[in-house]
Amino acid sequence: MPAVPAPAAPQPPAAAGPWRSAAAKLTADRGALAAALLLMFIVVACLAAPLYAEQVSQTDPFRSNISGEIVVDGQARAVIEASTEGLGLGQTPIGPAWRARYLLGADNQGRDVAARLLYGGRASLLIAGTATLIGIALGAALGIVAGYFGGVVDAVLSRLFDVLWAFPVYLLAISLSIVTVGTGLHIGPLLIEASNPLLPALIIAGVGVPYIARPVRAQVKALRSSEFVLAAIGFGVPTARILRVDVLPNVSGTLLVFVPVMMALNMITESALSFLSIGVQPPQASWGSIIQDGLSLLYTRPVVALAPGVAIVLTVLALNVLGDALREVLDPQHRVKLR
Amino acid sequence: MAVPPLDPLSQRRHRAPVLAGLLWATLCTAALAASPGPNDPHRGGKLRLLAAAGAGTIDPHINYTLQYGQIVQSVYDGLVAFRKAPGAQAFVIVPDLAEALPAPENGGKRYVFKLRKGVKFSDGREVTVADAAATFRRIFKVSGPTSGTFYNLIVGADACLKTPATCTLAGGVVADAKAGTLTINLTAPDAEFFQKLAFQHAVILPADAPAKDAGVTPIPGTGAYKIAAYDPKRQMKLVRNPHFRLWSEEAQPDGYVDEVDYDFGLNDEDQVTAIANGQADWMFNPIPADRLPELGAKFAKQLHISPLTAINYVAMNVRLAPFDNIKVRQAVNLAIDRNAMVKIYGGPKLATPTCQILPPGFAGYEPYCPFTKNPGAKWSAPDLAKARQLVKDSGTAGQKVTLIARDIAVDKQMGTYLQSVLNDLGYPTTLKLLSDTVQFTYIQNTNNKVQISLTTWYQDYPAPSNFLNVLFSCASFRPGSDSSINISGLCDKGLDADLAKAMATGIGDPKAAATMWTAIDRKVTDSAASAVLFNPNILDFTSKRLGNYVFSGQYYFLLNLAWVK
Repeated sequence: MPAVPAPAAPQPPAAAGPWRSAAAKLTADRGALAAALLLMFIVVACLAAPLYAEQVSQTDPFRSNISGEIVVDGQARAVIEASTEGLGLGQTPIGPAWRARYLLGADNQGRDVAARLLYGGRASLLIAGTATLIGIALGAALGIVAGYFGGVVDAVLSRLFDVLWAFPVYLLAISLSIVTVGTGLHIGPLLIEASNPLLPALIIAGVGVPYIARPVRAQVKALRSSEFVLAAIGFGVPTARILRVDVLPNVSGTLLVFVPVMMALNMITESALSFLSIGVQPPQASWGSIIQDGLSLLYTRPVVALAPGVAIVLTVLALNVLGDALREVLDPQHRVKLR
Repeated sequence: MAVPPLDPLSQRRHRAPVLAGLLWATLCTAALAASPGPNDPHRGGKLRLLAAAGAGTIDPHINYTLQYGQIVQSVYDGLVAFRKAPGAQAFVIVPDLAEALPAPENGGKRYVFKLRKGVKFSDGREVTVADAAATFRRIFKVSGPTSGTFYNLIVGADACLKTPATCTLAGGVVADAKAGTLTINLTAPDAEFFQKLAFQHAVILPADAPAKDAGVTPIPGTGAYKIAAYDPKRQMKLVRNPHFRLWSEEAQPDGYVDEVDYDFGLNDEDQVTAIANGQADWMFNPIPADRLPELGAKFAKQLHISPLTAINYVAMNVRLAPFDNIKVRQAVNLAIDRNAMVKIYGGPKLATPTCQILPPGFAGYEPYCPFTKNPGAKWSAPDLAKARQLVKDSGTAGQKVTLIARDIAVDKQMGTYLQSVLNDLGYPTTLKLLSDTVQFTYIQNTNNKVQISLTTWYQDYPAPSNFLNVLFSCASFRPGSDSSINISGLCDKGLDADLAKAMATGIGDPKAAATMWTAIDRKVTDSAASAVLFNPNILDFTSKRLGNYVFSGQYYFLLNLAWVK
């Protein structure tokens, strides 16, 4: 009797790695996907700002054009038009219309609002993004050091976080910005000028550090007493290697969750600073400073203030939705809670 | 009430209409400037004024703001005053606490004023020559902002300026209680002496007024109103001076309203809305540009446009690079589109482009503009090609510039435009916006090393020296001081000599002096130490119920003459 071959034991499906699994879950989340697409659209549009200014609006969005004219329906029109009603007082910038130039109208300097909106987005995204990266890097480094080494190092760093935490974020950011907006920031021989977007990025990153460092410290403190870390220490593995191989990968999920959340917060902070004229300095623009420009046109051309406001809302909304989705797929504690 | 003088030629050409007009103007002017009798149906009520903020001290010898200058004229009196009337009449000097304008004696170096009898301060005490003499000493004791420029020719003023606390003005101001006269001796004739006496810093205060800034504590005055309460963060309240008796309608008319409430704290947008809704009667702050079209269309009857003898200008520091090079200053002058500036300010109804220092209507004013596409009498267009060539010739392109402007909406917009112009010329420019309350003193102090700034100058009194001498003489340049009104730092001995000569000539020969002022105006304009942008007009927005709005070029909206009933 022929031997019946024993059926092969069913092979368990190859276990997907945590990152691949997270990516799969993320792509299945329609909300997250929509948010990512929206964010990508905003980023691409902002990156294309020079192209738009040169090829479409054909204006320099940083140069005043108060006496300028454009051709509409074959007729020359002033970019800033004199009022003709009643006493004929005041001047009103050209309004939004479906045309290539001045699509969203002009501001009170006769500049193309649409072009400035895109350039402003570049500045806002760049500053918020840089601040996020610097803040997370610094916060993670300090949190890991405090959590891993404990003792005096932890005590000193934790008090530092407490002091920073004690200040309202905006108050601290505004204070630092006011101090540096006139003279720039001197760090030893290094001078970061007030007009350099790195300056608001550094300030925003600095005030956000405790918000990252403290949860990272708590997580590392727990990891420090976990068996695999104790074993590594017992085997005499160098500290730097433990931190790199055993600790950092275990907090990387948390850090990744922080990216969109902090980016959204930083974007709002940057806009607030620029709105108060202590962030991005003119003639450069950010969404916050364009809102400020639009304040004096609220009655006649509200679109100047509304357009960057809507852009901020959409970007922050997209970042928050993305942040929530990332937290769901990457934060193990959150997963446990959901179950 | 006198009628403004008419041009004789026009009288000949249009005699009948002019006579009718004369009668109408006489009636109108009389009605406008007349004080209310006790039974006047318009008498009474409360006038409600608004401003974004108070203007600091209410000491009339110290406060140097337009905002409280309007209040001072209703609360205090000097020996003489500008007539409380509209049009050209507003610049006529009339006797106030003095019985008459004295004729100059001793070659224009002595004036003997006889004080009116029976005039009382709001606390009931009668005004005496001792009060008047003490007033002049106080101007120096409190180091009044114009003590060194307006009253420095009084004998003894030099010592008072050096040691204010011990100021006696011995030999300079002599009171004769028996004769009721006050004699003022000058070291040299001063053609503008009456105008300086009529200015708010020479109003007569009680002899026991503190020899320091009175701050928020009102000092009794002789005007139709007295300050009943003052909180610079909240409100100033004026009520009728119970001891006021009319002595000169043209110097200090009685007020129509019983009370004036001047509220602080609302921003300019909210002030406009409050007046439009009938919740307030007048606002101090300029109307925001975005409300102008709406107001011009819907509230035309409540708007009042009046010309100002003032300039909005860019001061360039001739002692700091790159503006120490005249080619750079000329380039800036040539590159600025003054029409753009006028647009920002609200349009041609509210400002007129100009290049020169003297405003229209001043003695010596002859239209002149060298910084335009077709140099001549009027500005026509910027000449960017010439401006760029000048920058190239100067070899200064690329130097960094910081522009200082006020943080109010209009100045911010003008600053942004100027920044764009300077960037365009090749100077990477930073725009620094400072609070309205500190910017003016900040740009004056040389310690702040201000390269270029945006500012304004409104006349103190209608004389060409009040622009040319005050803004550009060596005496007005005080390094390290917050009161260095010569912001450009221009100090030219030759110009100083011309200024002195023109002022001296003005005493006996105003026509010859006017010719000199014309030449000086051109000389200062040519130096390009400043880029004059435009002569502004003032736009007042009043409530529907406010009647008898009268604008004086000297005192602006005259509170006493407005009614709300």
